[in-house]
Amino acid sequence: MNPWPFVIAAYGIALGGTALLLFWAMRAMRKAEKQADNLKRRT
Amino acid sequence: MHGYANPARFLKFARPATGWFLWIGLLLLAPGLFGGLFVTPPDYLQGETVRILYIHVPAAWLGMAGWAGIAAASLAQIVWRHPLSAIAGRAVAPAGATFAAICLATGSIWGRPTWGTWWEWDGRLTSMLILLFLYLGYIGLASAERERGGDGRMAALFGLVGAINLPIIHFSVMWWRTLHQGQSISITGGSSIAPELLWPLPLTLVGFSLLFGAVVLMLMRAELAKAKFEARLRRSSAE
Repeated sequence: MNPWPFVIAAYGIALGGTALLLFWAMRAMRKAEKQADNLKRRT
Repeated sequence: MHGYANPARFLKFARPATGWFLWIGLLLLAPGLFGGLFVTPPDYLQGETVRILYIHVPAAWLGMAGWAGIAAASLAQIVWRHPLSAIAGRAVAPAGATFAAICLATGSIWGRPTWGTWWEWDGRLTSMLILLFLYLGYIGLASAERERGGDGRMAALFGLVGAINLPIIHFSVMWWRTLHQGQSISITGGSSIAPELLWPLPLTLVGFSLLFGAVVLMLMRAELAKAKFEARLRRSSAE
């Protein structure tokens, strides 16, 4: 059995999952902080 | 710990720390993953599949450490009513759930060529799956409490009770000797893995941990900004 497809799949899932998590958290942070700053400027 | 109960003081630390955690995490992860994939020799028994170790072990560690963090935040919330503890618990949960899921997925992929099966109802695998379900339950409960304007005490109690699963995961390989191998790395007792295979592991372990920390800080900052936004909105509509 060729082991490389298993190794590549495992790395793909780990790195893809971590990248998605980071992207989602960063987007949530930027969106919330921008929203709070915009309201602060308006009021 | 109590010094950071003040959100303004916490943000003073969190704003620069987010970037540091992210970039240092990526800097450590890059050589660790490269070394694990291309530099270390194949294992005499498992061959090339041993390379999954460098992502599977950090994911397992972070899945468990995440719940330990939730339990600590829950304790701080129940005992000291630490104002940031509920926010910390809610921020840790998605990161912990992601790494628990990565641990299960990479373990299953590793199991196919080494054990000949994708899944077995073994003590370690089952207790780790239960941890993932606990995370999903905690996320659901905490977000429902937040939407109803609750103080998050139910989620905190759930976080504390769920910590019972952590020693079960840890000792499962000793209590039920089935498919999953026993402990091969210990903080106090050294390692049974050859040093030429082991060296990328600390890099990926610390690298993924710093990225985990960056995610938690980002989500805590998002929650604090949302709370600030809602408070300002209430104040401006009252005026």
